[in-house]
Amino acid sequence: MSSIFAKFSGTASALGGLIESGGRNPFGVVIEKVVSSTVGVIENRETLLFGTNNYLGLSQSQNAVKAAQDAAAKYGVGTTGSRIANGTQSLHRQLEVQIASHFNRRDAMVFSTGYQANLGIISALAGKEDYLLLDADSHASIYDGSRLSTAQVIRFRHNDPDDLHKRLKRLEGTPGAKLVVVEGIYSMTGNIAPVAEFAAVKRETDSYLLVDEAHSFGVIGENGLGVAEAAGVEKDVDFIAGTFSKSLGTVGGYCVSDHPEMDLIRVNCRPYMFTASLPPEVIAATMTALDEMKAHPELRTQLMDNAKRLHGGLHRIGLNASKQVSPVVAVTLETLGQAITMWNRLLEEGVYVNLSLPPATPDNRPLLRCSVMATHTPAQIDKALEVFASVARECSVLS
Amino acid sequence: MSETVDSVSALIIQKLLDNPKVPRDINGDCKIMEDLAFDSLAVMNFVMEIEDTLDVSVPLDKLADVRTVDDLAKCIVDLQNKG
Repeated sequence: MSSIFAKFSGTASALGGLIESGGRNPFGVVIEKVVSSTVGVIENRETLLFGTNNYLGLSQSQNAVKAAQDAAAKYGVGTTGSRIANGTQSLHRQLEVQIASHFNRRDAMVFSTGYQANLGIISALAGKEDYLLLDADSHASIYDGSRLSTAQVIRFRHNDPDDLHKRLKRLEGTPGAKLVVVEGIYSMTGNIAPVAEFAAVKRETDSYLLVDEAHSFGVIGENGLGVAEAAGVEKDVDFIAGTFSKSLGTVGGYCVSDHPEMDLIRVNCRPYMFTASLPPEVIAATMTALDEMKAHPELRTQLMDNAKRLHGGLHRIGLNASKQVSPVVAVTLETLGQAITMWNRLLEEGVYVNLSLPPATPDNRPLLRCSVMATHTPAQIDKALEVFASVARECSVLS
Repeated sequence: MSETVDSVSALIIQKLLDNPKVPRDINGDCKIMEDLAFDSLAVMNFVMEIEDTLDVSVPLDKLADVRTVDDLAKCIVDLQNKG
């Protein structure tokens, strides 16, 4: 009998090598206790958290915790059904109205995760005769959404509006709608999309534009709406997708749009139709976190100040850190061995970051990916920089 | 377009040989992932280079059926003839 697991032999060998060389599974880290938004206990050590995407620290908002407790007491802990069956309670609609209003859009759809938001909206929008044009460095949720769709999928070079233009021009005269998908801030590298230029291409080629603001919502723009707001091209963006699991600190995803067909998408969107909806306590916590985000714009200022401090510090040490300043700061290393050793030593010295390995990284090189929070103190960032410098020297990444 | 499967295959091999890590004795029957140790991302990035050279876009679903260098050449020629 053929083993159904034979296909995992390569992964097994790679994972075995990772564990053997570093002493632990980098994909099995357990946070044993949450001390605060910036500190957790890992392997019985208090550890600085620099890899949680909790940009505004709102996962620990006491107001959101209270709202979740009250909602659970009032509504119970789950909906036991999908949005198109019994899984839409008044809270779900309230959150959709709140999100749509926050983005100044006609309508919003709320999904059970951010992954499902991309999976759902992309697969529902792009049909068999249509074309999806994806940035080459797109998140897995975008690629998976494109596979669930039946559209023709064409990649363009990362953050390159000219390359997109060239590929759209090749499609001139072909039937079918063209949907361009970009991200606001790229999750691995922290690169920020040139959305104004993408919007210009969209206008010229009469295509649709979807921007995934998962890592930029609550982070960039005068009202924290993301890169489209910061670039002044919100109205050119047909669909904005995003997640509650980063700047809002909860879980869930959304898509907002001015197109009047959103109710049709709801009944043509498998990841929306065939999964249980968000539980009431999550909805309530998300609504409260959104209120807090709006009431505290200074969190965004603190976040970007902290991002500059970490980004500048890593460059000053001499590490190959992200080009652009954003709350995602990645250090690129040349070899897998360096990355594994450094990641393990950082953790042992009390700094948790994400280890990102090819092919999940853009140019086949490993990354130590850091994410900054508004709630990090300057002293915590300086401590992380000190540990980075010392570990990099120890691992011969720096001389 | 006047490219044939043979001429596109030759161009692909030429491009592949620009990469010093690729074995020197490749031919049209070589399996891109297995024989050349390309992962899925490397294949997609390599195809982008070919697309630019030949001014053609290869949709990702078409790549699903591509195993060898000649498969890729045939896929591109089919797309050019269709376009």
